Amino acid sequence: MQSKPIALTILDVVSIVVLGISTYLALVFAPTEAVMGDVQRVFYFHIGTAWVGLLGFVVAAVAGIVYLVTKDLKWDRFEVAAVEVSTMFFFLTIVLGSIWARPAWNTWWTWDPRLTTAAITELIYIAYFMLRQGIDDPEKRARFGAVYTLLGGLSAPITFMVIRLFRTIHPVVIGSQSAEAQGGFSMSSDMKVAFFFALFAFTIIFVDLMWHRIRLGALQEKVEQLKLKMSN
Amino acid sequence: MTDKKSHPSLLGATLAIVQKDLAAEFRSRELFSAMLVFSLLVIIIFNFALELDIEVRRTVAAGVLWTTFAFAGTLGLNRSMAVEKDRGCMDGLLLAPVDRSAIFFGKAISNLVFMLVVEAIVLPVYAVLYNEMRIFQPAFLGVVLLGSIGYIGVGTLLSTMSVQTRMREVLLPILLFPITIPVLLAAVKASGGLIAGADLSEVMTPVTLLIFYDVVFTALPYMIFDSVVEE
Repeated sequence: MQSKPIALTILDVVSIVVLGISTYLALVFAPTEAVMGDVQRVFYFHIGTAWVGLLGFVVAAVAGIVYLVTKDLKWDRFEVAAVEVSTMFFFLTIVLGSIWARPAWNTWWTWDPRLTTAAITELIYIAYFMLRQGIDDPEKRARFGAVYTLLGGLSAPITFMVIRLFRTIHPVVIGSQSAEAQGGFSMSSDMKVAFFFALFAFTIIFVDLMWHRIRLGALQEKVEQLKLKMSN
Repeated sequence: MTDKKSHPSLLGATLAIVQKDLAAEFRSRELFSAMLVFSLLVIIIFNFALELDIEVRRTVAAGVLWTTFAFAGTLGLNRSMAVEKDRGCMDGLLLAPVDRSAIFFGKAISNLVFMLVVEAIVLPVYAVLYNEMRIFQPAFLGVVLLGSIGYIGVGTLLSTMSVQTRMREVLLPILLFPITIPVLLAAVKASGGLIAGADLSEVMTPVTLLIFYDVVFTALPYMIFDSVVEE
């Protein structure tokens, strides 16, 4: 069995360090928002986790396409890793968003396009794992998984566009501001530092977790092969 | 055997599959009667669950109808694919010297026909039961057709996948509903607007999205259908 690569160990340490710095920037360094107060600090991690959640979704769809073209199981492991890590981050995004929404919107949940799309995306991820669980043949599992991530990757943006037809109250902090949005604010330069660092930190953490999960997938496969060899 | 006969055209093969499905269904009427009775039961249940009095009815009619179609559609999709799988017909179809996409289009068209026939009965029944005559405007029927096409396109692909898994029938709605949410929402939005008395021009945005979804989710399954049937 190959031992853990040194680069991965270094990345582990870097991940912990940047998470620490990002926490400091979000909780201490960034100024308190004038209207919402301290609860606005949730925003930095909310955006960070949402960004990598989306990144994972795109990575999975691309890995799915590459798998369907190359039929190399390596890309299947890549895809599973992306979906799994991104499921967790998306869940965190939703939880963090709810924590913020309770004081800002006076409700934990509302059927806004972003929230609804996030919930549906999470359901697509769960369906993806249920689909994989029901198939024993690894090659078929990979094919079906790739097809499903592709369908999900195309359907999620359309879902977002359709729900947009109904009104939105979710603030758009980057780019244009919707008139009906509640709890919007513009960032000061210190806030921007915390914001961009959070994006950077979560990207590093995402890569680190992906790497671990891909490695785990490879090991899993090896164990399965060894078991097969033993029983023969 | 002539060369033409050994390699039927895409259209010819597609129509042959549609013909086979319709003939089988015409003799047994299993699928159709199940979908129809189920749809009527769902509408009756909604009547009591939502207390469909005259006020509520206008606003929820589109939602009730599309929920019914979606549920009945899953029933039909499951059955139509399970039959192919159980009786080993799928292997026969795969062995046939035709393009795989003919199988997809053939199954999709026959599924669509079943769904449209059920809708053609459920809509008048709904109209009579709830005195909702706006259902019969051409724009509304067009929206029903567009919504059904999008739903069946993805549904045919996903039911082909789900019958090959261990969970089979149980899995289809779980796979299908999150992917078809855009088509259901757009259809509800458009048909709800039309029932409320809006012009076609006023619901053009959801209708455009419906058309967009239909094009994408007919083209994509066509391109990747090969990957879900190869053995």
